[in-house]
Amino acid sequence: MSVIEVNELTKYYGKARGIVDVSFQVDEGEIFGFIGPNGAGKSTTIRLFLSLIYPSSGSATIFGKDAIEYGPELRQDIGYLPSEVFYYERMKVIDLLKYSASFYEQDCTERLHELAEIMELDLKRRIDDLSYGNKKKVGIVQGLMHQPRLLLLDEPTSGLDPLMQRKFFKLIREENQRGVTVFFSSHILGEVQRMCNRVGIIKEGSVINIQDIKTLQSDNYKKIRIAAEDLDEAKFEIDGVSNLQKSNGAVRFFYKGDINQIMRKISETEVSDVTIEEPTLEEIFLHYYE
Amino acid sequence: MKKNIYKHEFKMNLRSVIIWSIAVAVLLFVYISLFSSIAVDTELLNEMLAEFPEELLLAFGMENMDLASVLGYFSFLFLFVQICLAIQASYYGFSLVSIEERELTADFLLAKPVGRTQILTSKLLAALSGLLITNIVVWVSSFILVEIFKGDRTYDTQALILLLLGLFVFQLFFLSVGLVISLLVKRVRNVTPYAMALAFGMYVLSAFGDMLGESKFENITPFKHFDPGYIVQNAAYNLPLVSISLVVIVISLVGSYLLYARRNIPAPV
Repeated sequence: MSVIEVNELTKYYGKARGIVDVSFQVDEGEIFGFIGPNGAGKSTTIRLFLSLIYPSSGSATIFGKDAIEYGPELRQDIGYLPSEVFYYERMKVIDLLKYSASFYEQDCTERLHELAEIMELDLKRRIDDLSYGNKKKVGIVQGLMHQPRLLLLDEPTSGLDPLMQRKFFKLIREENQRGVTVFFSSHILGEVQRMCNRVGIIKEGSVINIQDIKTLQSDNYKKIRIAAEDLDEAKFEIDGVSNLQKSNGAVRFFYKGDINQIMRKISETEVSDVTIEEPTLEEIFLHYYE
Repeated sequence: MKKNIYKHEFKMNLRSVIIWSIAVAVLLFVYISLFSSIAVDTELLNEMLAEFPEELLLAFGMENMDLASVLGYFSFLFLFVQICLAIQASYYGFSLVSIEERELTADFLLAKPVGRTQILTSKLLAALSGLLITNIVVWVSSFILVEIFKGDRTYDTQALILLLLGLFVFQLFFLSVGLVISLLVKRVRNVTPYAMALAFGMYVLSAFGDMLGESKFENITPFKHFDPGYIVQNAAYNLPLVSISLVVIVISLVGSYLLYARRNIPAPV
């Protein structure tokens, strides 16, 4: 079953482009990565899910219901963590979290304290006394405490130190194991690589590729480095080779295609060293943005 | 209405409500306590007024005002109370929804399982409760102060009651007009200039309207609809004008609900 279904969703801010004809699905129980540089439309998409903004055309359904029409009802089961968190400055953390909890049907008290302990959040301090990272922790607690079935994370790790990031990822994985679907938007590929099953790549408002993260990494590209004396890089200019470079007596390139073909090319040469590895997501990603 | 939003909003607003209430009560005290010294020499006072240029008297709505009578004097100082309360209500109207966008808390509130209509209703009721508190403080302190300082003079109680009760609708005008304007513009960066412009703009319209003589335009301002001079003289509201206020309030509120329901909340960054 699809938890999120997006159909030709389009949003213009006046004349400025938000997203254009975006369509994809997120299945129940998966961690879906949503990747793109700043301004590509990641936040626009998430804000449309929450009906913080209204689409110019197209639609999004969540749990099979229209995100706008059933917004209030759907948000009962959605946890949202924005990239920048802002709360009522004059409130104490505990009062803010209690106010947040008062919107949900179930009693969140126990989970609230549990999460605050995990994230090492001091509940007695005032919001305006908190550092950015600590505000972010408040955001995590208030996004998770009502045990939502869908998590919308918009660049969630900015402002968290590496230790907290690890705790946060652990938390998200645990939620996911409980069956929670996670929509994870980010421009940091490493974290998406670690967390996600599938990834959608968004560029200038359009989704350009949706793939299984393993497929994206292994089936397509190999990163090859060949070291040899008097190497002529022109020899490797065959179909499927890209980003061919020569430096320090070694040739580097990406290869996509029949692996035997490139192996034969290599064996024709007297080499001193060969490495063939999986490209990182970063490298694949850069390829999409060329 | 969501009780939790109402409670939250009411608490956030309470300090401001208390400060406004006390400030207006103090203003009333200072002005009314001057009355006993002014009213001592009625003749001198009326002579002095006769020396004033007519335009000035018109601007303050004093053209046929008897400063020596209790309510005559009270209706004169009531104009300043009205200006203060107009600023307060405008301020609440302009900031009601825009504060969430300015302080970037709109994301927090609107991502909760609650509809926009419910949010607006709860916020409006919280603001109205605040205004009601201010009104009650003004009503009670007016009565007490008038009783203390009237000396052996008498006054028309009904006129005073009408004058005071009108304040609530008067404020509702500024609250709802401020709200609808805040939703018509893209972003309210600072509430104070908007609130000042609306409150003083309406006052100036009423004052200049008087000076320029016959003109229909001045009829849109609640300073005219609830002209203290008229209410005191007639011990009644000018109903056609008051109903203009009511119509504007209804249109502004309906418009606000429609605009807010479809509003795109700008992203914090």
